[in-house]
Amino acid sequence: MDLNTVLLILDSTLRLATPLLFACLAGLFSERAGVFDIGLEGKMLIAAFFSAAAASLTGNVWAGLLAGCAASMALAAIHGLASITFRGNQLISGVAINFLATGLTVLIAQDWFQQGGRTPQLEGGARFQPITLPFAETLRDVPVFGPIYYDLISGHTILVYLGFLAVPATWYVLFRTRFGLRLRAVGENPGAVDTAGVSVVGLRYGAVMICGLLCGFAGAYLSTGLSAGFVKDMSAGRGFIALAALIFAKWRPWSALGACLLFGLLDALGNRFQSIEIAGIALPVQFMQALPYILTVVILAGFVGKAIPPRAGGEPYVKER
Amino acid sequence: MSEAPAIELRRISKAFGPVQANKDISLKVMPGTIHGIIGENGAGKSTLMSILYGFYKADSGEILVGGRETPIPDSQAAIKAGIGMVFQHFKLVENFSVLENVVLGAEEGAFLRPTLAKARKHLTELAREYEMNVDPDAKIEDLSVGHQQRVEILKALYREANILILDEPTGVLTPAEADHLFRILRGLKAEGKTIILITHKLREIMEITDTVSVMRRGEMTDTVKTSETSPQDLAERMVGRKVLLRVDKTPAQPKETVLEVRNLGVTDSQGVQRLKGIDLQVRAGEILGIAGVAGNGQSELLDVLGGIRAATGEVLLKGRPLSLSGPGSDARARRRAGITHVPEDRHRLGLILDFKAWENTGFGYQDLPKYCSGLMMDNQALREDTDAKMGRFDVRPHDPNLAAKNFSGGNQQKIVLAREIEADPDLLLIGQPTRGVDIGAIEFIHQRIVELRDEGKAILLVSVELDEIMSLSDRIAVMFDGRIMGERLPGETDETELGLLMAGMEGRAA
Repeated sequence: MDLNTVLLILDSTLRLATPLLFACLAGLFSERAGVFDIGLEGKMLIAAFFSAAAASLTGNVWAGLLAGCAASMALAAIHGLASITFRGNQLISGVAINFLATGLTVLIAQDWFQQGGRTPQLEGGARFQPITLPFAETLRDVPVFGPIYYDLISGHTILVYLGFLAVPATWYVLFRTRFGLRLRAVGENPGAVDTAGVSVVGLRYGAVMICGLLCGFAGAYLSTGLSAGFVKDMSAGRGFIALAALIFAKWRPWSALGACLLFGLLDALGNRFQSIEIAGIALPVQFMQALPYILTVVILAGFVGKAIPPRAGGEPYVKER
Repeated sequence: MSEAPAIELRRISKAFGPVQANKDISLKVMPGTIHGIIGENGAGKSTLMSILYGFYKADSGEILVGGRETPIPDSQAAIKAGIGMVFQHFKLVENFSVLENVVLGAEEGAFLRPTLAKARKHLTELAREYEMNVDPDAKIEDLSVGHQQRVEILKALYREANILILDEPTGVLTPAEADHLFRILRGLKAEGKTIILITHKLREIMEITDTVSVMRRGEMTDTVKTSETSPQDLAERMVGRKVLLRVDKTPAQPKETVLEVRNLGVTDSQGVQRLKGIDLQVRAGEILGIAGVAGNGQSELLDVLGGIRAATGEVLLKGRPLSLSGPGSDARARRRAGITHVPEDRHRLGLILDFKAWENTGFGYQDLPKYCSGLMMDNQALREDTDAKMGRFDVRPHDPNLAAKNFSGGNQQKIVLAREIEADPDLLLIGQPTRGVDIGAIEFIHQRIVELRDEGKAILLVSVELDEIMSLSDRIAVMFDGRIMGERLPGETDETELGLLMAGMEGRAA
């Protein structure tokens, strides 16, 4: 493999890892606060649709991002209402949100655009455009560094850069601020937070809404950055892969980055090598494309060592009795 | 007495569904005193204090702090009013450091670094002032319960609490740790702080309080000066009738060895060694009491002997070896061999709470011929048998069709006891026989255990209540960190020596 091929694969790794990263960090906020969220998928999907729809109608991709985030946060609020206020089962609420998003997006898309559940193709200002970083052109011909800078690091949409910046930001918020301390505490022992005079409900809603916001970015990126428009079920299980990455990362932001890059890489490899020969045996294309999902199963089956989730995760807070 | 009370409660009432936990309670606590609140389990002590701390909301009534009416809708308000509380089950975040737990909710700004630096200094000062050494960077889960409790107290002091409520603080402590706690409390009192101590242990009340209030069935029945009362008097006020505080028993007449345990070892699923070579014997007609702070391997010992955990080593029952892992080592095999088990946690292992009393009486014995007719169960026979058992064990209410959860703790325990004792075992394993059981029922349960001994049965008793071990056992073995630290005879030892053994220190040469 020459440098160019490697760069191409890594380049597409970054792009494919971005939606996973947003969703994974979204899940991290929610689950660190003790609210399990298998509705990442649904929130991404609804954000993808509303982003594409708003971008298509206004011609402005920022309006799309805003609409996507709003839609995702609306679903997050429903999840919060069900699992925090009404102390319902968080898994069931998440499943319901996924179903709701699948159905709702296609239904509204058909009603608004009559294109079989799609939005029109997005062009120009209705999509996030690649950004060329300073000096990329100038440095392009410098050996090794030039291509790495030009092909790999430069030339992504703003959301890709935001996604990667979100990792240190999340780490900082979680481990260096008062809000982060309280958020981690409420996921471990809400009783301690309550008796310390801090509102458990308020903290958990805060976390769930941040989760909604980040899922909004993930979804918007799918339909207005990675692709040019919404198609049915375009999240394609990424919400669940992000969940697997979150477990793989043991609910830690930097590890989440590593996990998402790994999944992104597998995805990129699957796209690049339609078939591959190892020791004379040709692996079919389906196998390559299934790689990220296979890894998900392996991770969820617990082959990665012990992942200890936040101790109060999944349990609504009820004072004794 | 012109001074305003530090705390005054006026006609506080609180109901959980149909259960009236607090009925019209009024109470005055004078500043700079240690005020004890005593009562049986379920008398409403913890509920009352949780209301004072804003954890629960009272249905009616008012709270005055320092003479001024102060509504306390949540813990935030309680903290502001200078009230701190150490709950029975600590409210600490286990994988946080001591420092992080102390500042949680009392941070000084949005960013942690300056807050933590300041708190570290303040915490060190507090720790020195009150002789409560804890490493601010230690993780809570690595600390002993005694140290965890200090963190809770420091948390309250850090918030500048003037009134400190402690809910059953000594339940998890060794006697030495309890003594240290009392020294700390006396120090706090000398500083002018007011302390409310909830307990069901008469000895503690007599030792440390200035005033004591007695609660019974949700009502505050008396408030007296500690110097003007006695343990016997308080016990009667708590129960509402005369009670026997000591167990009445004759010296044991031990016969042949029933249980012999040699080099028993248990390693749990995380690879931690829970039992490290246990050797012990129990003879017919004697009670061997296992003392120790909770979590030092007593539960694992009961589990192994009861057939719900695998182990290595050798266990002989009347000379015949029992298998310790694989088939033939389950609870059913043990029961057939002649071992019955009253588990420590009756809610988890002893009963199915939603099932009726008669169904619970059948568990483990459902295949006995007397409960069966052909392939079917003879529920009528089981129901009648339960009815008779309930009579003999004075279970109230006497209703086999009532669900187990609707009985009080003491009566639930009697149901389990009736099932296991009347199975006529050679060896009875009994863990925490009186945990969560009211004084009246304790008396009855103790008598039944002694009677069983006098019938010539072997009894292995595990309890964290040293008083119970001292008064019931014919021999006492002390466990620490998965080992037997030593054996003593109850007449030839005292709480101090046992306490040292429980803390892992060799007492006198064994």
